[in-house]
Amino acid sequence: MADTNRTIASTETAACGSCTRCSTGPLTRLGVHIGSWDFVIALAGNPNTGKSTLFNALTGLRQHVGNWPGKTVARAEGGLTFNEKRYKLIDLPGTYSLLSASADEEVARDFLLFGRPDVTIVVTDATCLERNLGLVLQVLEITDRVVIALNLMDEARRRGIEVDARSLSRDLGVPVVPTAARRGAGIRELLSAVEEVALGAYPARRRHLRYTDRALETAVRSLIAQIEALFPGLPNAEWVALRLLEGDESILRAVQDGTLGKLAQGGAPAGAAPLEAN
Amino acid sequence: MAEVNTQRLLETAERLRAEIGTELHDRLSEAIYADAARIAERAVVRAGEERRLSWDILLDRLLTSRAFGFPIMLLLLTATFWITIAGANVPSALLGQLTQVTLYGWLHQAANAVNAPWWLSGLLIDGVYLAMAWVFSVMLPPMAIFFPLFTLLEDFGYLPRVAFNLDRLFKRAGAHGKQSLTMMMGWGCNAAGVVSTRIIDSPRERLIAILTNNFSICNGRWPTLILMGTIFIGATAPPALASFYAAASVVTVAVLGIVFTLLVSAFLSRTWLRGEASHFSLELPPYRPPRILQTLYTSLIDRTLIVLKRAMIMAAPAGAVIWLISNVTIGGTSVAGHLVALLNPIGLLIGLNGVILLAYIVAIPANEIIIPTILMLTLNLARSSLAQQGVMLEMEDGQIYEVLTRHGGWTLLTAVNLMLFSLLHNPCSTTLLTIWQETRSRRWTAVAALLPLTIGFGATLLTATIARLMGWA
Repeated sequence: MADTNRTIASTETAACGSCTRCSTGPLTRLGVHIGSWDFVIALAGNPNTGKSTLFNALTGLRQHVGNWPGKTVARAEGGLTFNEKRYKLIDLPGTYSLLSASADEEVARDFLLFGRPDVTIVVTDATCLERNLGLVLQVLEITDRVVIALNLMDEARRRGIEVDARSLSRDLGVPVVPTAARRGAGIRELLSAVEEVALGAYPARRRHLRYTDRALETAVRSLIAQIEALFPGLPNAEWVALRLLEGDESILRAVQDGTLGKLAQGGAPAGAAPLEAN
Repeated sequence: MAEVNTQRLLETAERLRAEIGTELHDRLSEAIYADAARIAERAVVRAGEERRLSWDILLDRLLTSRAFGFPIMLLLLTATFWITIAGANVPSALLGQLTQVTLYGWLHQAANAVNAPWWLSGLLIDGVYLAMAWVFSVMLPPMAIFFPLFTLLEDFGYLPRVAFNLDRLFKRAGAHGKQSLTMMMGWGCNAAGVVSTRIIDSPRERLIAILTNNFSICNGRWPTLILMGTIFIGATAPPALASFYAAASVVTVAVLGIVFTLLVSAFLSRTWLRGEASHFSLELPPYRPPRILQTLYTSLIDRTLIVLKRAMIMAAPAGAVIWLISNVTIGGTSVAGHLVALLNPIGLLIGLNGVILLAYIVAIPANEIIIPTILMLTLNLARSSLAQQGVMLEMEDGQIYEVLTRHGGWTLLTAVNLMLFSLLHNPCSTTLLTIWQETRSRRWTAVAALLPLTIGFGATLLTATIARLMGWA
């Protein structure tokens, strides 16, 4: 059934056999039998970018994949082992933004913020990168432990679109890996990048927003100072400051009821946050 | 201490918010998208000017055109069901023969050989086994053809085009355009359809989508429609056209489901759930060449077998219940006999019968077991009434039509109204539970159950009355 344990030999695709980089350490897909884990990976992305396909390719699960946006509304979980590290993978609902206008956006945002995944893979559609980058930038405001999967590269190429992954990686400050999840291409490269970020070996550069508005910048700075004094160790004070300035209800609540405080103290280990998305 | 500081932080934030102005949210969004545009500009190189393949655009113009959009949709649906019905006929008959005659006989012989008491072999073989065998032979062949076909359409990217076509109508009904997507999700499973309404932002429109999802024919109901269409509607046509008639009748019920979805949505949005329709942008994904082998594999393993498994699990206890109520007697008549006699007046009034209504009560946990329940109850009741006349009724060779017309007294009206009632009745208990979980409201859950049931009684009463007035039944 769906929980088959399969060890994939390094000769999975023809290209993989000759590639020295990926022949290290086999990928074992654990299906839903995760057991304990070393790292938690969240899978975010716009709807219909192949997130579920990638999720299935990584976990060996066969979550139903449909060619239409909005198919995954709840959170799906699966596991895998790569280079002897165990990863728990969480497939978040596909969203265009993290502004938490609807239930699915809130599920995604709350998990990134309070679930504190070790690594977040943002799956992007290489055929319409610009629109996908909106979400990428919003995720990067919350965390810099991010790997971008530049998915649907095969489709992009067919349409004569080339995406320069290195330029993108330079601009975003996080690894960018071209993939074609439908064919299983780029999966190992993606996992290598995930591993690097999870182990803290990737020198991520935090992106900072550029403020054109002097008054806004001053306001944000003064709030950041207060937030950092109040919640030392909070990884995304700037993001919280901006939400407070916007009057974001759920963040105001998190400040009031101490959820944010717990987050700052290291809080619950990643993935074990008592967050129910059904 | 910490609380005082938290309070101060919130106060500072509020003061600064007032200084900066309220349009900050929009300004930040704009800044993000400007940034995204800048980064994309640097990273993306286009070989040609056109963003999408030209045949993609051509196909979209055709599939979503005002003139051809709906006819093509009907054509594709009819073709899907025609292939399903034409292809499932022979395997269904073979499986019926194998499971209900051959295997059934062997099981009874084996039971006799070990001197099993009559009530034990009755409960297990005539109850549990037979119910599972019916589910298996009635559901497996059509599902094994229908699911892969439907999944291929889905994989290709056709469904969002259907959503696009329906969007206008949903807007006019005062509902959210995304409801067309949740409706199609319901064509697989209503419980999944209800969960998928989370993509709708506005609580009002989401509730409309939840309450009307039941009008999407689900996995459990397709087999009922396909069977009724095949053996009753198809039988009225010349043999060459039988499968086409059958397919057309199934599509008619499915389309009727869309009509009811729209009508009830319009009703709700003008009465209890009044409000503005909100806007959204629907993304038409590129057409992707369906991966035929993978689709066959996943839709067979994941969808067909999972749905079949659920149906079999539900059928086993239902089979035991059916056998028990058919064999436990009170005052010389079985419990089933009493219940059917009680329900018969209402059932016959609306062009159905007591057996069908009793089956819908037994089958509240799963629509999948409606047909097996009806068949077993009909057979059991016929057996006991014939047994009183001293006649033993032998199991017919899987001739469902014979069983229903000769022993159940069915007419074309019964079949048509069963198809209508299959569309218009309460959701299964799994879906109701899901609705309660999503709405946390007993009132709306009750509405979700009673609204379609009321419509169902009304609609079948109407057709039955018309048929009687016209002298058709």
